Order: sequence, then C-alpha cells, then structure tokens
Amino acid sequence: MAIEQITMPQLGESVTEGTIEKWLVKPGDEVKKYDTLAEVQTDKVTAELPSSFAGKIIELIANEGDTIAVGEVVCKVEIEGGAAEVKTEASAPAETKNEESASDQSMKKRYSPAVVRMASEHGIDLNMVEGSGTSGRITRKDIQKIIDSGQMPATKPNPEVEAKPVATPEQPTIQAEPAPVKEEKTYEPTATGDIEIPVSGVRRAIAKNMVNSTQEIPHAWLMMEADVTNLVNYRDSIKGDFKKREGYNITYFAFFVKAVSQALKEFPMMNSQWQGDKIIQKKDINLSIAVATEDALFVPVIKNADDKSVKGIAKEIHELASKVRAGKLKSDDMKGGTFTVNNTGAFGSVQSMGIINHPQAAILQIESIVKRPVIMEGGMFAARDMVNLCLSIDHRILDGLVSGKFLSRVKELLEGYSKDTMSIY
Amino acid sequence: MANLSYIDAITLAMKEEMERDDRVFILGEDVGLKGGVFKATQGLYDEFGEERVIDAPLAESAIVGVGIGAAMYGLRPIAEMQFADFIMPAVNQIISEASRIRYRSNNDWNCPMVIRAPFGGGVHGALYHSQSVEAVFANQPGLKIVIPSTPYDAKGLLKAAIRDDDPVLFFEHKRAYRLIKGEVPEEDYTIEIGKADVKREGEDLTVITYGLGVHFALQAAERLEKDGISVHVLDLRTIYPLDKEAIIEAAKKTGKVLLVTEDNKEGSVMSEVSAIIAEHALFDLDAPIKRLAGPDVPAMPYAPTMEKFFMINPDKVEVAMRELAAF
Repeated sequence: MAIEQITMPQLGESVTEGTIEKWLVKPGDEVKKYDTLAEVQTDKVTAELPSSFAGKIIELIANEGDTIAVGEVVCKVEIEGGAAEVKTEASAPAETKNEESASDQSMKKRYSPAVVRMASEHGIDLNMVEGSGTSGRITRKDIQKIIDSGQMPATKPNPEVEAKPVATPEQPTIQAEPAPVKEEKTYEPTATGDIEIPVSGVRRAIAKNMVNSTQEIPHAWLMMEADVTNLVNYRDSIKGDFKKREGYNITYFAFFVKAVSQALKEFPMMNSQWQGDKIIQKKDINLSIAVATEDALFVPVIKNADDKSVKGIAKEIHELASKVRAGKLKSDDMKGGTFTVNNTGAFGSVQSMGIINHPQAAILQIESIVKRPVIMEGGMFAARDMVNLCLSIDHRILDGLVSGKFLSRVKELLEGYSKDTMSIY
Repeated sequence: MANLSYIDAITLAMKEEMERDDRVFILGEDVGLKGGVFKATQGLYDEFGEERVIDAPLAESAIVGVGIGAAMYGLRPIAEMQFADFIMPAVNQIISEASRIRYRSNNDWNCPMVIRAPFGGGVHGALYHSQSVEAVFANQPGLKIVIPSTPYDAKGLLKAAIRDDDPVLFFEHKRAYRLIKGEVPEEDYTIEIGKADVKREGEDLTVITYGLGVHFALQAAERLEKDGISVHVLDLRTIYPLDKEAIIEAAKKTGKVLLVTEDNKEGSVMSEVSAIIAEHALFDLDAPIKRLAGPDVPAMPYAPTMEKFFMINPDKVEVAMRELAAF
C-alpha cells in the first residue's frame, strides 16, 4: 500500500488558490480515478476536484471553507499495489543519490535529439517521464524502457506533482506566478454592530477586474435614445405563444443583443482589443452578457452571436442565466468575449456608465424601456417606448466618431424592428 | 593456434608473405643484419638474404622513393620507417607520388607498397619517438592507413596491406609490440582493409578508438561492467578511409559516444569520426559526442609526470566513460 497526496489543481489561468466549498467524500471512502472528491470555489468558477488515483481516502487535510494554494495537499489517498512501498525500502542505500538528483533537476527539460525523436514516435509526454541522467535528464534508455514495457506514464512519479490531474500539467507556470500580494493598507477599526463580511473569491475577482479596467483603460462615454415602440409591440404580441411553445421567455434583451451583433459586423473596430503596440480586430463576435446574482456578477459569453437568430440568442441567454443561478457556470462559458452588452434596464436604471470588461474595447448598457411623450414628425405629441443606450469606449482604440456611428446604427436597427420587418426565427 | 605478441604477429605476416610471393621485399634502416630496432624483421635477413631485406641509408625520402619506383615496376616493397616520427622527410614522396600515381596516370600505373612505422607514446621516448602522425595523412585520397590493435588483426591486416594494389600506411603501436599478446592462427588469412571491428558488445555507451586505445577502453569497460554499465567498443582498425557504416551503427546503438585517441585532440582522426556521427546519427544521439585525446601541445614530453599527463590511459578512459554513462 502506498499513500498518495491529492493537491489543489490549477483550475484556470492565473488562478493561484481555491476554496474547498464542500467535501463529497469522507475518510474511509473508496474512490475511483477521476471521481469527484470535492467542490472547489476559485475566484473564477466553481469546479470539481477529481481524484488522480483509485484507492481509499485516509485523511482530509483541508476543511470546508479553507482556501488552499494551487499545488498544496488537500487530502491523502491510499492506493492499491505494494510497489511504491517496496521501492522506498529497496532504494534506501541509494537515498543520498536520489536526494541529490531530486534537488537538482536543471537538466530535466534538456532533451537530446534521440529522446525527442523516440518520444514523438511513441507519443510519450516527456513531462511525465522521470529522468535517470545527470540532474534529472531524461535519457534515451529511460524512454526505451517505457517503450519496452509498453506502459506509457500517466502521472509524474515525483510526489510533489504526482497528484495533479493529467489535464493540467503546467506546474512551472503556477510557480512562476507570484502569490497575490497582501495589501498593507490600514483600515478604520470595526465599530460595534458593524458586520464584517469576508471577501469571497468571486467578489475579489470582480474587484480586481474593475480596478484593472479603470486603471488601464481611458474610458469615454456617450448615450443615445432609441424609439423601440414597434419592437415592444411586436415582442408583446408574440410573448405568450412563445413561452408556451418554447418554455422560456422571449426577452427584449435578445433583440438588443441581435442588433448589437449585427452592428458590430459593420463596425469591426468596436470588436477589438488593445495590445500595447497593436490593436487586434477580433473576427468572432462573442458577446459577453452580464448576469447578476444576489452577491456577484458573472459575464458568460454568447459565442458567434452574429450567426444566431433572436430566438437562438434568447435560448442561450436563458441557458446561461440558469447555469449562473445553479452555480454550474464553467470557466469555458466565460471565455472569449469580444464585446459586452449589459442589461442594466432589468433593475430599472435609465442611465449608467459601464466599466469596460477588460480587454474588450467597449461595453453597451441597455437601460429601462420607459413610456415618454415624444414630439413626432409633423409636430404631434405621442406616447412612445423609449430606451437609453449608454456606450463606454476604450479611448485608446476608439474615438467619438466611429463610436457614434456604431451607436446610431444600433439605434437605427432597433427602431426598424417590427412585426413586418423581421422574424425572430 | 599460437599465442603471439603483437610484434611477432607482424614478423610472421611478413615472413609468410615473402615465402608466398617472391616480389615482396623489405627495406629500411637496420632492418637487415640487426633485424630492426624493435626486432620486427628478426630472422628475415637470414632467411631471405640481403637482396630481399635491404639495409637502407638514413634517408626516409629515399626509402619511400625507392619503394615507389619498385612498386610501379611490379614489386611489392615493405618500407620500414624506424619511428613514425621520422616519416616527415618522406611525406612528399608519400602524398605527392605514392598516393597520386594511380589517379595521375589514369590507372596506367599503381603503387602496391606498404610503409610500416611504429608510432605512439607511453614508452619514455620523448618527442621524436612518441608521436602520432596518422592525422597528417588522413585526408589524402589514394592512401590507406591501417592501425591494428591486436596480434590477430596485425597479421591479417598486414597481409592484406602487402597484397593491396595501392599504397598502405601501416602504423604499429610501439608500446603494444610486446605488451599485447593474443591468439594468432597459423594458417594464412587476411582481414579486409576498411572494416572496423566490434571488440566488445555493450548497451550503455559506445567507445570508438584504435591502436592501444582499444585496450585501454576494454580495460575500463571491465571496471564499468562491475557497476552494471555495459560498454560497446568499436576498433576502427583502418583510420583512412573510415568505415562509416560501422561508425554510424555503433553510435546509433547507444546514443552516447566517446572517441578516444592519443593524438592531439584538434584535427585528429576522431574529429572526422565525430563529424560522421553528427551528420548521420543526430536523431539517435542522447549526449554530446565526447572526445578523449592528447592535449593540443606540440608533442609527447619526456618527463614521466608530463608524459603521464599527455598520454591517455585506462584511468582517464574510465573517468570519461563514467561521465558519459551518467549524463
């Protein structure tokens, strides 16, 4: 029997720690490889911690609620097969040599031509091979042994990294990333009756992103109002049937997302990113949409929104929002956004200045639709459904002119939407 | 089968060839009455007479030049240089005449001649009696250069050299003359020139060498075997032209190659061997090609400590092998 350690995996780029939300196993439980051991909350997502081994849980080292750095041990598993234990005894005389080579791994990634060739011919992942040569170098013989044995290594035999899931072998990048620096600020002392709320991972991530965006991006704002009376009439006329037939609501927001993706196609500069010495115009139109829960804000992505109908968008919004509320949003769901549409009208706002979702170039706030008296052509007053569109732009990339043209186009599209001019399918 | 010393095998080869073929004759300094300074031609003067075992004046250029003329007229001369160090006055004859004659005459003439010369250090011979000069000749197409390591190879290769229709430089390690003994068949046999020979099979690293280096490598390999390291030893035997196929095969076998020569390191025969491996075996190499050789100083020193520093030996070969094995 050998005891192996399960460590906190790297659950996303730049993630340095995770909080054990809930243990799904207890000491004594038998687990299979890849079984879920715990739910882990990182500052990006809630994820599952898979077992890297088959065996018996013997100790839970981290408690629920503990925040554990990536690579640190969270629990111990006893695995079947006595090989490991026998090995430790047998190798006792050579211990000093092992220690020496374990400490100096400077040649670990210096591959000889023969090693590279053999590994590529046989599909061997060199990250998983332990080297027997000088300073941890992987020798041709090491590879030959693996080929002869027919057993491709699945995990690193180095205990430090062995417990990592196969999918995330990026150990060096984890270590290269400095631990988050604890801010040395002094705050006012807490008075009696004040409630102290610990900052959750999600809250901290939001805070970090917001600070990042406001510090780096020179924001500029503009607002236009659009008359969406026809759109409101159209949507209201199909709302009931749609809900009955499809099982979810056709929201105004889906129409707005549609109009924005169409306008982005015509103004690709809005769909770009600042990269220091160059600006990248993104080909795909992936719209981030802000979805709030009581205590947090998530921005899942509708990928290739320009390819989708209003109905398709409505469906995806519905699915993403359901995922957010169920806490099942994956980090993949939030990747790749190129422009953000924020449904601020949902909570009654009529005007707001959005902070751009870094590294995108702009964010559009869709405000509340309100009935207002409007002077129509011919000088008559009419009660119309009006909406404010508030656009924040990265002034490094975009100027007022192109942004105004873009926003005018969105307005034009929205004002043109009616039963006669479009279909939601 | 008799157990002969390296030098006795050489003497025997010449004796048998002179008995077999009347055209074979020897010329050199003190080769006749004295039987050579190393006694390589001992007894041959008595057996074959002064017309076939000729004491030459101290003029290497003339010894080789006379040999070339005789060879072109159909004889089979064996010219002896008393020490390889003394070959320098004959270099013009060897390179400009002997090695070129077949090419220059468009195959009308050839030069079936052997030039024997004792070379190598470790005998307290100092500068003029210890040098390795093979690299001087090892880029001259038209020449063949043979350096045997064992009595068996010495006899078979010398016979092949005498029967070869073109000039062959036959370097004999003087320290091996009486140090190295081995079984030599009594019957007539030859060993093909241009073929290297695996002297020991191994898996962990390959040593390629020639001459006395072969024995140093084999001794060191014995020591490494006790620690579970198995060494493959390839004896080049012919150092020009090289047996490329055997070199590549031996290098590929283990991917770790140690090249050993007692010649000065830079520009030695091993530099060429290294280039062949680099050209043909890159994707089988598991370590940088390693060379163990004499330092780049003019010649073997006389002081014993300095000679020891200069000269390769089994200990030095062992250290180099262990470094490579551990890499």
